[in-house]
Amino acid sequence: MVTATALETELLELAGAVPDPELPVLTLRELGVLRAVRLHGTDTVEVDLTPTYTGCPAVEAMSLDIERVLRAHGMREVTVRTVLSPAWSTDDITPEGREKLREFGIAPPRVHPGTGPVPLALGPTRTHDTAAEAEPVRCPHCGSADTELLSRFSSTACKALRRCLACREPFDHFKEL
Amino acid sequence: MTATGPATAPVTAALALGDDALVLSHRLGEWAGHAPVLEEEVALANIALDLLGQARVLLSLAGDEDELAYLREERAFRNLQLVEQPNGDFAHTIARQLYFSTYQQLLYAELAAGDGPFAPLAAKAVKEVAYHRDHAEQWTLRLGDGTQSSHERTQRACDALWRFTGEMFQPVEGLTTDPAALETRWLESVTDVLGRATLTVPEGPRSGAWTAGAGRQGLHTESFGRMLAEMQHLHRSHPGASW
Repeated sequence: MVTATALETELLELAGAVPDPELPVLTLRELGVLRAVRLHGTDTVEVDLTPTYTGCPAVEAMSLDIERVLRAHGMREVTVRTVLSPAWSTDDITPEGREKLREFGIAPPRVHPGTGPVPLALGPTRTHDTAAEAEPVRCPHCGSADTELLSRFSSTACKALRRCLACREPFDHFKEL
Repeated sequence: MTATGPATAPVTAALALGDDALVLSHRLGEWAGHAPVLEEEVALANIALDLLGQARVLLSLAGDEDELAYLREERAFRNLQLVEQPNGDFAHTIARQLYFSTYQQLLYAELAAGDGPFAPLAAKAVKEVAYHRDHAEQWTLRLGDGTQSSHERTQRACDALWRFTGEMFQPVEGLTTDPAALETRWLESVTDVLGRATLTVPEGPRSGAWTAGAGRQGLHTESFGRMLAEMQHLHRSHPGASW
């Protein structure tokens, strides 16, 4: 691990404070998509950004926002690189990020049980609600664990649509990836 | 060329996998404004978006993504004939999704486990594709084990697309995965889903003289040209245009 200079740390904080364009309650740091900031010389900087989903259209808006913020901080040249590996996981969302999602009315993703690869069971062992192994998805409004899946896909690629059976409110769930 | 480093992506394989994702993405996008219910409209568009993202990465490994997508002629596309098949009714779209996403999930899981040039993309995409396959499975169960009409139409769709499934297991230059092993696991998985959906595994050949591996060699079915014309029309009419 290369040690970051004080300026790099400062730039990383600035870039990390940029709000997510689709979920503005979260910053890029809380979403866990900002990987590294590298300074070349005094005013040229390279930023590594990883997409949540491969086709996430927000990446371009994020890149532009990062560029704008770092330029305003005196950087002359800002390059934002998209890196795929290691793949982003919903486990990269910070605890405060999860809390903010809940307050915003989106059920946060559950933490994956292990650190190994995502289990890819094909065939007979599949149950109806695939991702619901241990922990129920709780309604972000009333906290009830009695919720049902309406659709695995919702307003953005990263969310599923659910309904609370206690308070009857439909809500988005940031699905596990 | 021999012994290309792990960072160099084999162009043939990148085009094959990239074109599969691009073409299926476009087909699914055609459902926008036509899906049976709003949730499905959103689901199919989300799946299309995932596939488009994968296509962009894969085609960029082979060249300029826009040039490859918008300026190639039909014969230069290397996608499976399965993914170019018209949407048909909803059952046809779901059968196509079941066949393709099962293949894609198995293939990407294998690529992700290796250290080849496709590993980073595959590791990311396999998690997305797991949702696509699950979506297709749930719909196959619901339609197959649904009303008499939904059962019959889903059976018809599975039968109609069966002859395009053999092509998925033709060797592709640059992919080191074992097509025969992939095929065995694919058949197991699809047989299991169809069985639980009270559907019959089609009996016909999984490829014909005129279809065997032909999409990968640039031979496509009749409707593909029309799909490409629509997909490429704007870009070709306004070269260099931007938003």
